[in-house]
Amino acid sequence: MNRRTIEENIFKILMIGSLCIVIGSLVIIFGLVIINGASSLSIEMLTQTPTPTTPGSPPGGGILNAIVGSLILAIPATAFASLIGLGIALYLQTDFLTPRVSNSIRFMLDVLWGIPSIIYGIFCLMIMIYIGMSSSILVGMIALTMLEIPIITRSMDESIKMVPSGLKEASYSLGSTKFETAFRVVRRQAFPGILAGILLGLGRGIGDAASILFTAGFSNRLPTSILDSTAALPTMIYNLYSTPLGQSKAFAAAFILLMIVLIVSVLSRLLTRRFKKHIIK
Amino acid sequence: MNTRKLRDAFGTKVMLALTLFISSLFFLVFILLLYRSLLVLESHSIIEVLFSSTWNPDAGQFGLAAVIVDTILVTGFALIIAIPISLLSAIYIVEYAPRRVRKTIRPFIDVLAGVPSVVYGLCAFLFLVPLVKDVIAPWFGIQSTGLCIFSAATILSVMVFPIIISLCIESFDAIPLALKEASLSVGATKWETVKKVVFRAAAPSIIAAILLGFGRAFGETIAVNMVIGGTIRLPNSVFSPGETLASLIASKYGELMSIPIYESALMLVALILFIVVFIFYLLGFLVLRRAKKRWNT
Repeated sequence: MNRRTIEENIFKILMIGSLCIVIGSLVIIFGLVIINGASSLSIEMLTQTPTPTTPGSPPGGGILNAIVGSLILAIPATAFASLIGLGIALYLQTDFLTPRVSNSIRFMLDVLWGIPSIIYGIFCLMIMIYIGMSSSILVGMIALTMLEIPIITRSMDESIKMVPSGLKEASYSLGSTKFETAFRVVRRQAFPGILAGILLGLGRGIGDAASILFTAGFSNRLPTSILDSTAALPTMIYNLYSTPLGQSKAFAAAFILLMIVLIVSVLSRLLTRRFKKHIIK
Repeated sequence: MNTRKLRDAFGTKVMLALTLFISSLFFLVFILLLYRSLLVLESHSIIEVLFSSTWNPDAGQFGLAAVIVDTILVTGFALIIAIPISLLSAIYIVEYAPRRVRKTIRPFIDVLAGVPSVVYGLCAFLFLVPLVKDVIAPWFGIQSTGLCIFSAATILSVMVFPIIISLCIESFDAIPLALKEASLSVGATKWETVKKVVFRAAAPSIIAAILLGFGRAFGETIAVNMVIGGTIRLPNSVFSPGETLASLIASKYGELMSIPIYESALMLVALILFIVVFIFYLLGFLVLRRAKKRWNT
């Protein structure tokens, strides 16, 4: 063996080693959450809200309020963000703007995607305090919508980019306007990608704690109106992780959160594949 | 005007309004953060805030130096761990792995990218923190609670893996096959080809990937907050507790928001985060634009 093959082999071992670290960290995280989460999951955990406890005794009840809170916050937020995102993405892609302008808007969206979600949280909090509201589902929903808009818009935008321009031109040549082309032709052709974008936003929104930490507040009861504050799965984990007694709930919440994220990701793959059949190649 | 034209005009206006709204949001966040942080900047010079290390809100001192040092340490350390591991993994996935392995690994990387940061934080708190406390810190001869800069950096590096890996895979795939074939045909080994051709050809994209990874690590709030310990003092070693800019906001906002000058100081922290992320994205964008020109993609 000469020097070159030795170098080749050393780096090959290093590569396999690093891949093992990456896969290993994934396995550790899933293992920890699934083992601990499955052992602390019970019917009670899923169907009860936390019961008030005397200090010292283990906290009773379950995490129903967090599950409900997460769904109430993330699903409407994703719906709003998808509508807004679809409008923007189609606007960027359907020849309304010069490439220069649309590229700078894309860049702004990228930065908005990248800024820490806590900034959305305090941004909404500032506006909330200014107009005299207290932390509530509504404000949390707005913060999540703001967080999801850039994510959803950019991924829709990328998939709409793949629509062949011949298709758009065919639509124009039949006399349809840009608006009709955008919503009848481009939207339909890019549907799998749009769906993937929505699910990506949902996955990100449901797992984000920093943006709803202050805006949605925390509560041990089920919310009764949109102006109530509510717990959500991520904030539940954040509030309970450090106490040994709360850890079983934190792990149950993490387990459910991870399952939701996994289901969303698998769903996105399956649906994308399913709807790909209907588009024009 | 018929209904069709009317709908068209109306729909277009709505889309334009949405686009303007999102563009204005960008500036709105910036202006509002700047406006709210003016209060603290009136009484303290920016130099004092950035370079003084005494954070004592009750005495009206808002020195961020310790927090900034911690942030740089955590982010830098996380990237030092993440960059080589991600690059080598990406190279293996693209160049060496059999097709079947490659196809199965991609979804895993995507899943890793989608795991919420609280879950990372929770796992780090229960797995990494005791490990650092009982094994790693004593190994270096240092007493530590495990809630420290090292733990935060390690979990951040795991969170950055999927970002750098998936961007690198994309850029390695975009390199024209002819370039690699030319190198292989003159007798270079696979690793030599990777080292001299693939890395060089993909350099701008790799840099952009690292910058994006930096942005993620720099702004990560919750996972860092859960394992860093929350002490605002200049650190002695990587095993001492600390506080990063983003986690400072999360841990202090609840208690400080009622007093205007405290709140203003935290707004300044948020403003710094915003500006730094903006600069890094701008750099990433410029580098990537050059890369795109190179391959005409």
